[in-house]
Amino acid sequence: MTEIRFTKDHEYVRVEGDLAVVGISDHAQEQLGDVVFVELPAIGAKLAKGDSAAVVESVKAASDVFAPVSGEVVEVNKEVDAQPALINEDAMGRGWILKIKLADAGELASLLSEADYGAFLQTLA
Amino acid sequence: MSDSATLHTPLHALHVELGARMGPFAGYDMPIQYGTGILAEHLHTRSRAGLFDVSHMGQAELVGPDHATVAAALERLCPADFLGLAPGRQRYSQLLNAEGGVIDDLMVSRPPGADGRLNLVVNASRKAIDFVLLQSNLPSSVRLIRLDRLALVALQGPAAVAALERLAPDGGLAAMSFMAVQPVRLDRFTAFVSRSGYTGEDGFEISLPADEAEAFARRLLADPEVAPIGLGARDSLRLEAGLCLYGHELDETIDPIEAGLAWSIQKRRRVEGGFPGAARVQAALAKGPARQRVGIRPDGRAPAREGAEIVDASGAPLGVVTSGGFGPSVGAPIAMGYVASAAAAPGAAVSLMVRGKPLAARVSPLPFHPHAYHRG
Repeated sequence: MTEIRFTKDHEYVRVEGDLAVVGISDHAQEQLGDVVFVELPAIGAKLAKGDSAAVVESVKAASDVFAPVSGEVVEVNKEVDAQPALINEDAMGRGWILKIKLADAGELASLLSEADYGAFLQTLA
Repeated sequence: MSDSATLHTPLHALHVELGARMGPFAGYDMPIQYGTGILAEHLHTRSRAGLFDVSHMGQAELVGPDHATVAAALERLCPADFLGLAPGRQRYSQLLNAEGGVIDDLMVSRPPGADGRLNLVVNASRKAIDFVLLQSNLPSSVRLIRLDRLALVALQGPAAVAALERLAPDGGLAAMSFMAVQPVRLDRFTAFVSRSGYTGEDGFEISLPADEAEAFARRLLADPEVAPIGLGARDSLRLEAGLCLYGHELDETIDPIEAGLAWSIQKRRRVEGGFPGAARVQAALAKGPARQRVGIRPDGRAPAREGAEIVDASGAPLGVVTSGGFGPSVGAPIAMGYVASAAAAPGAAVSLMVRGKPLAARVSPLPFHPHAYHRG
């Protein structure tokens, strides 16, 4: 079963085995506006939970994507590199940004479930 | 949600009704973008017609016994030639301080058929300062009248003239050349119109009573060619057009020559002076300024934003980015900034410090996107 968790900074983590697929939520892309560039991390970069993992640039501003979990970057999304607008079109799917090899699966427990993230979004309105 | 201290333009309720994402600007709650987003609004303006609410800007008139008196009064504060401004024409200029630094930039128009009147449009963020400055520096025969009960909207883009003509088929709008001004009856609305704008496109700026602004805007928006445009796209449009934004490319430490605005200082004034900071302006005209406003194109796809340091190949400081972002019509990141004049030649290689790393870039000619003014 594919588990998905969220952070209050609007990143998501989709767990696929021992890999964490990381992106920004649909809410985040909508707030950001048209994405024009994504600065991706280097393959092999070792991230601690909370480190800046990537930067998403919209027409108006730059926004950090923070690593929701710790681990080594094993893949970055070349499609999003070539076509940053994918993040607006399909943030949760084809617009994923990076994949981290999970250093500590226990970190997932402190992240928000999809239901809890939805409830969190309601408080922001 | 805005707090009680935030100001609203006459079109505020309309923006909210249209689903605008609102944000603060110069003390006003303004539309930053509407439903389709900044990119789409920007591209719509360049291909069809965009309607902008700019009612937050300051409108005023100078009134005196005759044109020469009023023009001379303004010439004591601004470096442009207003004496020679013909009826029905508008001119761009700046209010300068004693060091030649820009207090604000503004449009000055001479309404046709009314002697002794000049209309002013100034920036929202500076209007309080501007009006105090003007009021304190006018001769007794000239008065400043704030026109706070007027709204101001801009209709910009290749489809703007046709859209406006549909409201005033005999209004003579198509025949107006760039920087012409005239009163026009648009449908049932009495307006004062200039053929000018802040996007680089052909278009008009329309001043009309605040209590008619919403009905007028709705009338224009009913035209399928016209879409509402927010401040986000207004900024990307003017950046592509290479136009200065006060507080970025202009401030009280920057003179008009460094800012690349020498063209707005007509010859007689360059020679005669008689405006604040004339010595600095004349020196910069004679010897060239020490630093210059330039366009900058990053080599890659990462934008550089306002405040980014500009350095040379060895990392030595050359200047700073004053505006930067993505140009939707250019399809690439663009920026403007100031660099030491020796490094200001188009094509010169520079680096922009972004997130602690130097990004390769080149000085670029301005504008980034060609102007489409109706020169007639």
